[in-house]
Amino acid sequence: MNGWPALDRFLRTDPRDVGCAEAMEPLHVYVDLVAAGGSAARRHPGIEAHLAACGPCAEDFHGLLAAVRRAE
Amino acid sequence: MAPADPAVEGIFPSAGPDPDSEQWIRALSGTGAQREAGLARLHEMLLRVARAEMRRRASQLQIAGSDLDDLAYQAAADALLAIVAKMGEFRGESRFTTWAYKFAVFEVSAKIGRHFWRNPAVRWDAEDWDQLPDRFGPEPAAEAERRDLADAVHHAVDEHLTPRQRQVFMAIVLNGVPLDALALELGSTRNAIYKTMFDARRKLRAALAANGYLDDETSGHS
Repeated sequence: MNGWPALDRFLRTDPRDVGCAEAMEPLHVYVDLVAAGGSAARRHPGIEAHLAACGPCAEDFHGLLAAVRRAE
Repeated sequence: MAPADPAVEGIFPSAGPDPDSEQWIRALSGTGAQREAGLARLHEMLLRVARAEMRRRASQLQIAGSDLDDLAYQAAADALLAIVAKMGEFRGESRFTTWAYKFAVFEVSAKIGRHFWRNPAVRWDAEDWDQLPDRFGPEPAAEAERRDLADAVHHAVDEHLTPRQRQVFMAIVLNGVPLDALALELGSTRNAIYKTMFDARRKLRAALAANGYLDDETSGHS
Protein backbone atom coordinates (compact mmCIF):
# COMPACT_ATOMS: atom_id res chain seq x y z
CA MET A 1 0.00 0.00 0.00
CA ASN A 2 1.17 3.50 -0.67
CA GLY A 3 -1.61 5.71 0.60
CA TRP A 4 0.08 9.08 0.59
CA PRO A 5 2.75 9.66 -2.10
CA ALA A 6 4.00 13.00 -0.74
CA LEU A 7 4.38 11.57 2.77
CA ASP A 8 6.07 8.50 1.30
CA ARG A 9 8.62 10.65 -0.57
CA PHE A 10 9.23 12.84 2.48
CA LEU A 11 9.97 9.87 4.74
CA ARG A 12 12.32 8.11 2.32
CA THR A 13 15.98 8.47 3.30
CA ASP A 14 19.01 7.86 1.12
CA PRO A 15 21.97 6.19 2.85
CA ARG A 16 24.34 8.11 0.54
CA ASP A 17 23.10 11.42 2.01
CA VAL A 18 26.15 13.09 3.62
CA GLY A 19 24.22 15.67 5.66
CA CYS A 20 24.31 19.46 5.58
CA ALA A 21 27.83 20.13 6.85
CA GLU A 22 29.57 17.76 4.45
CA ALA A 23 27.46 18.87 1.51
CA MET A 24 27.84 22.61 2.12
CA GLU A 25 31.57 22.74 2.84
CA PRO A 26 32.55 21.94 -0.80
CA LEU A 27 29.41 23.51 -2.35
CA HIS A 28 31.53 26.03 -4.32
CA VAL A 29 33.43 23.16 -5.95
CA TYR A 30 30.22 21.26 -6.73
CA VAL A 31 28.57 24.36 -8.22
CA ASP A 32 31.55 25.19 -10.45
CA LEU A 33 31.41 21.62 -11.75
CA VAL A 34 27.68 21.93 -12.48
CA ALA A 35 28.17 25.34 -14.15
CA ALA A 36 30.98 23.93 -16.28
CA GLY A 37 28.70 21.07 -17.40
CA GLY A 38 30.78 18.53 -15.48
CA SER A 39 29.52 15.36 -13.88
CA ALA A 40 29.12 16.82 -10.40
CA ALA A 41 26.43 14.37 -9.30
CA ARG A 42 28.45 11.36 -10.43
CA ARG A 43 31.60 12.61 -8.73
CA HIS A 44 29.79 13.60 -5.55
CA PRO A 45 26.78 11.26 -5.14
CA GLY A 46 26.54 12.03 -1.41
CA ILE A 47 26.05 15.73 -2.13
CA GLU A 48 23.53 14.99 -4.86
CA ALA A 49 21.56 12.74 -2.48
CA HIS A 50 21.61 15.42 0.18
CA LEU A 51 20.46 18.21 -2.14
CA ALA A 52 17.54 16.02 -3.23
CA ALA A 53 16.34 15.73 0.37
CA CYS A 54 17.30 18.95 2.16
CA GLY A 55 15.28 22.01 1.21
CA PRO A 56 17.55 24.65 2.80
CA CYS A 57 20.73 23.21 1.29
CA ALA A 58 19.05 22.84 -2.11
CA GLU A 59 18.04 26.51 -1.83
CA ASP A 60 21.66 27.49 -1.17
CA PHE A 61 22.79 25.34 -4.09
CA HIS A 62 20.31 26.99 -6.47
CA GLY A 63 21.25 30.44 -5.15
CA LEU A 64 24.96 29.86 -5.65
CA LEU A 65 24.46 28.36 -9.10
CA ALA A 66 22.28 31.35 -10.10
CA ALA A 67 24.99 33.76 -8.88
CA VAL A 68 27.66 31.95 -10.91
CA ARG A 69 25.49 31.88 -14.03
CA ARG A 70 24.63 35.56 -13.71
CA ALA A 71 28.34 36.39 -13.63
CA GLU A 72 29.19 34.30 -16.71
CA MET B 1 46.42 29.64 0.38
CA ALA B 2 45.94 26.15 1.83
CA PRO B 3 46.97 23.13 -0.27
CA ALA B 4 44.22 21.47 -2.34
CA ASP B 5 42.27 18.76 -0.53
CA PRO B 6 42.61 15.57 -2.61
CA ALA B 7 39.21 14.41 -1.32
CA VAL B 8 37.51 17.33 -3.05
CA GLU B 9 37.87 17.09 -6.79
CA GLY B 10 37.17 20.47 -8.35
CA ILE B 11 37.41 22.00 -11.77
CA PHE B 12 41.00 23.07 -11.10
CA PRO B 13 42.23 19.86 -9.40
CA SER B 14 45.90 20.19 -10.28
CA ALA B 15 46.46 23.46 -12.12
CA GLY B 16 45.83 25.72 -9.10
CA PRO B 17 43.77 28.89 -9.16
CA ASP B 18 42.77 30.49 -12.48
CA PRO B 19 44.24 33.94 -13.33
CA ASP B 20 41.17 35.83 -12.08
CA SER B 21 41.29 34.01 -8.74
CA GLU B 22 45.05 34.70 -8.48
CA GLN B 23 44.28 38.38 -8.97
CA TRP B 24 41.71 38.33 -6.15
CA ILE B 25 44.16 36.58 -3.82
CA ARG B 26 46.90 39.08 -4.60
CA ALA B 27 44.60 42.04 -4.05
CA LEU B 28 43.19 40.79 -0.76
CA SER B 29 46.50 39.54 0.59
CA GLY B 30 48.24 42.83 -0.15
CA THR B 31 48.52 45.90 2.02
CA GLY B 32 47.51 49.56 1.92
CA ALA B 33 45.60 50.97 -1.01
CA GLN B 34 45.71 47.73 -3.03
CA ARG B 35 44.02 45.79 -0.23
CA GLU B 36 41.48 48.55 0.43
CA ALA B 37 40.55 48.59 -3.25
CA GLY B 38 40.25 44.79 -3.26
CA LEU B 39 38.01 44.82 -0.20
CA ALA B 40 35.79 47.53 -1.70
CA ARG B 41 35.46 45.53 -4.93
CA LEU B 42 34.72 42.36 -2.99
CA HIS B 43 32.04 44.10 -0.90
CA GLU B 44 30.42 45.48 -4.04
CA MET B 45 30.34 41.98 -5.56
CA LEU B 46 28.94 40.40 -2.36
CA LEU B 47 26.24 43.04 -2.11
CA ARG B 48 25.22 42.39 -5.72
CA VAL B 49 25.01 38.64 -5.01
CA ALA B 50 23.15 39.09 -1.70
CA ARG B 51 20.60 41.44 -3.27
CA ALA B 52 19.98 39.10 -6.18
CA GLU B 53 19.64 36.14 -3.83
CA MET B 54 17.18 38.03 -1.60
CA ARG B 55 15.12 38.90 -4.67
CA ARG B 56 15.30 35.29 -5.90
CA ARG B 57 13.85 34.07 -2.59
CA ALA B 58 11.47 36.99 -2.05
CA SER B 59 8.43 35.19 -3.43
CA GLN B 60 8.69 32.58 -0.65
CA LEU B 61 9.22 35.19 2.07
CA GLN B 62 7.16 37.85 3.76
CA ILE B 63 9.94 40.36 3.23
CA ALA B 64 9.90 43.23 0.76
CA GLY B 65 11.23 46.69 0.00
CA SER B 66 13.71 48.25 2.39
CA ASP B 67 13.66 45.20 4.71
CA LEU B 68 14.91 43.10 1.82
CA ASP B 69 17.69 45.56 1.06
CA ASP B 70 18.66 45.88 4.76
CA LEU B 71 19.04 42.12 5.01
CA ALA B 72 21.11 42.06 1.81
CA TYR B 73 23.43 44.74 3.24
CA GLN B 74 23.83 42.80 6.51
CA ALA B 75 24.48 39.57 4.61
CA ALA B 76 27.13 41.21 2.40
CA ALA B 77 28.87 42.82 5.39
CA ASP B 78 28.97 39.55 7.37
CA ALA B 79 30.09 37.61 4.30
CA LEU B 80 32.96 40.06 3.81
CA LEU B 81 34.11 39.58 7.41
CA ALA B 82 33.91 35.80 7.06
CA ILE B 83 35.90 35.81 3.82
CA VAL B 84 38.65 38.01 5.27
CA ALA B 85 38.89 35.68 8.28
CA LYS B 86 39.00 32.55 6.08
CA MET B 87 41.14 33.71 3.14
CA GLY B 88 43.77 31.15 4.13
CA GLU B 89 41.25 28.34 3.62
CA PHE B 90 40.72 29.03 -0.09
CA ARG B 91 42.41 26.13 -1.86
CA GLY B 92 41.83 27.03 -5.50
CA GLU B 93 39.46 24.09 -6.07
CA SER B 94 36.87 26.46 -7.53
CA ARG B 95 36.91 29.99 -8.86
CA PHE B 96 37.60 32.47 -6.06
CA THR B 97 34.38 34.28 -6.92
CA THR B 98 32.30 31.09 -6.49
CA TRP B 99 33.95 30.47 -3.12
CA ALA B 100 33.19 34.08 -2.11
CA TYR B 101 29.59 33.99 -3.42
CA LYS B 102 29.00 30.97 -1.18
CA PHE B 103 29.52 33.13 1.92
CA ALA B 104 26.99 35.67 0.66
CA VAL B 105 24.41 32.97 -0.10
CA PHE B 106 24.91 31.34 3.32
CA GLU B 107 24.57 34.71 5.05
CA VAL B 108 21.33 35.36 3.16
CA SER B 109 19.99 32.03 4.47
CA ALA B 110 21.02 32.94 8.01
CA LYS B 111 19.37 36.38 7.83
CA ILE B 112 16.15 34.88 6.47
CA GLY B 113 16.13 32.32 9.30
CA ARG B 114 16.42 35.10 11.88
CA HIS B 115 13.84 37.24 10.13
CA PHE B 116 11.27 34.40 10.39
CA TRP B 117 10.92 34.97 14.14
CA ARG B 118 9.91 38.61 13.69
CA ASN B 119 6.40 37.28 13.14
CA PRO B 120 5.03 36.90 16.69
CA ALA B 121 2.15 34.68 15.50
CA VAL B 122 4.47 31.80 14.69
CA ARG B 123 4.21 28.79 17.02
CA TRP B 124 6.69 25.98 16.62
CA ASP B 125 5.44 23.71 19.41
CA ALA B 126 1.71 23.57 18.59
CA GLU B 127 0.28 20.05 18.27
CA ASP B 128 -2.48 20.40 15.74
CA TRP B 129 -2.56 17.03 13.98
CA ASP B 130 -5.33 18.22 11.69
CA GLN B 131 -2.59 20.17 9.87
CA LEU B 132 -0.94 16.96 8.68
CA PRO B 133 -3.09 16.37 5.56
CA ASP B 134 -2.40 19.98 4.46
CA ARG B 135 1.34 19.35 4.67
CA PHE B 136 1.29 16.39 2.32
CA GLY B 137 -1.30 17.35 -0.25
CA PRO B 138 -4.81 16.16 -0.92
CA GLU B 139 -4.17 12.41 -1.29
CA PRO B 140 -5.50 9.99 -0.26
CA ALA B 141 -8.86 11.09 -1.62
CA ALA B 142 -11.15 9.43 0.90
CA GLU B 143 -11.55 11.30 4.19
CA ALA B 144 -11.64 8.06 6.21
CA GLU B 145 -8.41 6.83 4.63
CA ARG B 146 -6.74 10.21 5.18
CA ARG B 147 -7.81 10.20 8.82
CA ASP B 148 -6.59 6.62 9.30
CA LEU B 149 -3.15 7.41 7.87
CA ALA B 150 -2.85 10.67 9.84
CA ASP B 151 -3.68 8.72 13.02
CA ALA B 152 -1.04 6.12 12.09
CA VAL B 153 1.59 8.86 11.67
CA HIS B 154 0.56 10.42 14.99
CA HIS B 155 0.84 7.05 16.72
CA ALA B 156 4.24 6.30 15.12
CA VAL B 157 5.54 9.71 16.22
CA ASP B 158 4.43 9.10 19.81
CA GLU B 159 5.63 5.51 19.83
CA HIS B 160 8.95 5.57 17.99
CA LEU B 161 10.55 9.03 18.18
CA THR B 162 12.75 10.38 20.95
CA PRO B 163 11.52 13.60 22.63
CA ARG B 164 14.01 15.62 20.54
CA GLN B 165 12.99 13.94 17.28
CA ARG B 166 9.34 14.51 18.15
CA GLN B 167 9.98 18.18 18.91
CA VAL B 168 11.75 18.70 15.58
CA PHE B 169 9.12 16.75 13.61
CA MET B 170 6.28 18.78 15.15
CA ALA B 171 7.97 22.10 14.43
CA ILE B 172 8.99 21.38 10.84
CA VAL B 173 6.17 19.14 9.62
CA LEU B 174 3.09 20.22 11.55
CA ASN B 175 3.94 23.86 12.12
CA GLY B 176 5.89 24.54 8.94
CA VAL B 177 8.85 26.18 10.68
CA PRO B 178 11.83 26.47 8.29
CA LEU B 179 14.74 24.29 9.33
CA ASP B 180 17.18 27.22 9.67
CA ALA B 181 14.72 29.17 11.82
CA LEU B 182 14.19 26.15 14.08
CA ALA B 183 17.95 25.65 14.44
CA LEU B 184 18.23 29.25 15.67
CA GLU B 185 15.32 28.88 18.09
CA LEU B 186 16.77 25.70 19.58
CA GLY B 187 20.36 27.02 19.68
CA SER B 188 21.37 24.27 17.27
CA THR B 189 22.69 24.02 13.71
CA ARG B 190 21.14 23.19 10.35
CA ASN B 191 23.25 20.03 10.23
CA ALA B 192 22.16 18.79 13.67
CA ILE B 193 18.46 19.49 13.05
CA TYR B 194 18.65 17.79 9.64
CA LYS B 195 20.31 14.74 11.20
CA THR B 196 17.59 14.58 13.89
CA MET B 197 14.91 14.82 11.20
CA PHE B 198 16.70 12.27 8.99
CA ASP B 199 16.65 9.70 11.81
CA ALA B 200 13.01 10.53 12.58
CA ARG B 201 12.01 10.07 8.92
CA ARG B 202 13.76 6.70 8.78
CA LYS B 203 12.04 5.48 11.97
CA LEU B 204 8.60 6.70 10.92
CA ARG B 205 8.88 5.16 7.48
CA ALA B 206 9.88 1.81 8.95
CA ALA B 207 6.98 1.91 11.42
CA LEU B 208 4.41 2.87 8.77
CA ALA B 209 5.74 0.26 6.32
CA ALA B 210 5.67 -2.43 9.02
CA ASN B 211 1.98 -1.67 9.57
CA GLY B 212 1.18 -1.70 5.85
CA TYR B 213 0.61 2.03 5.45
CA LEU B 214 3.58 2.57 3.11
CA ASP B 215 5.47 0.34 0.70
CA ASP B 216 8.62 -1.32 1.89
CA GLU B 217 11.69 0.96 1.46
CA THR B 218 13.26 -1.42 -1.05
CA SER B 219 10.34 -1.25 -3.48
CA GLY B 220 9.61 1.65 -5.79
CA HIS B 221 12.61 3.69 -4.66
CA SER B 222 12.34 7.11 -6.30
